[in-house]
Amino acid sequence: MPGRPAPSRTPEQRAAVRQAVSVAVPTGLYGVSFGALSVAAGLDVLQTMALSLLMFSGGSQFAFVGVVGSGGAPLAAVATAGLLGARNGLYGVQVAPLLRARGWRRPLAAQLTIDESTAVGTAQPTTAAIRTGFWWTGVGVFLLWNTFTLVGAVLGDALGDPTRYGLDAAAAAAFLALLWPRLAGRLAQATAAAAIVVALALTPFVPAGIPVLAAAVVAVVLGWTAGARPAADGPGVGGR
Amino acid sequence: MTWLAILAASAVCFAIKLLGHLVPEHWLAEPRVARTASLVTVGLLAALVGVQTVTTGQHVTLDARLPALAVAAVALALRAPFVVVVGLAAATAAGLRALAG
Repeated sequence: MPGRPAPSRTPEQRAAVRQAVSVAVPTGLYGVSFGALSVAAGLDVLQTMALSLLMFSGGSQFAFVGVVGSGGAPLAAVATAGLLGARNGLYGVQVAPLLRARGWRRPLAAQLTIDESTAVGTAQPTTAAIRTGFWWTGVGVFLLWNTFTLVGAVLGDALGDPTRYGLDAAAAAAFLALLWPRLAGRLAQATAAAAIVVALALTPFVPAGIPVLAAAVVAVVLGWTAGARPAADGPGVGGR
Repeated sequence: MTWLAILAASAVCFAIKLLGHLVPEHWLAEPRVARTASLVTVGLLAALVGVQTVTTGQHVTLDARLPALAVAAVALALRAPFVVVVGLAAATAAGLRALAG
């Protein structure tokens, strides 16, 4: 639990706090890139902050501004962000019985259920350390991610034409960095390749935002029909 | 319209998170569900990489973004942190564009 007095902490809990901080700081810092990319995509500073505060899931946020920035329909942006957030639901199933959050803490735990908090939490050896790891990472990322989103949005706003600074390429690189740790395993690699081919093949023929959703459909079909091997990747390997 | 989409998408994302905390554990016992969800993440991110790198509106276009993405891939292979990867890609694209005038 978050507010427990420090002296009662076990060595495992102290280790969990150290891990949480070492994950939360770099993760929070890249909120700068989200803030800058979001205003480059045409959102204002307030809208950018709303995404970091309310949506609070890096992949979904980058995807949302990506679809909006490329002129996609709002509904396509909502659908893409929702689908990318689907994994958070699975993380919730994993961490809920470990956290046993009740009352107002339950929706708070839900909002803080992201790649990083799940990865640090579930990596701990004891129940107390799991809770410490989850809450410290979740709260730490939330505070830093929002702070640095604001920094990035204000900076991005002052910069002007985003392509002069290569911010369009930065958006592509951000997606690649989110994808990279998930590419372990043949099935994941085949899915990624098929998704790119389908999305690019459809681009000239359908409205913006739809090619990305079509790629999700391809992934569902592959995931549902592929042989019954266990999923290769859990929550954000490499802290994402 | 953008505000409506932001609020709707945020509500959807929160509902998914909360649902995960409320459904019974055995729901995950079906390995297909977990596998499909992780592949959907992979598929969406890969499609976004493709679309962000080589499309402009409804056209497929090759420009400074492609070499920038190659630089990002090399940085990722060398285990560079996220901010460095993104920064190198931006610098590559900005540099190439400055050179091209």
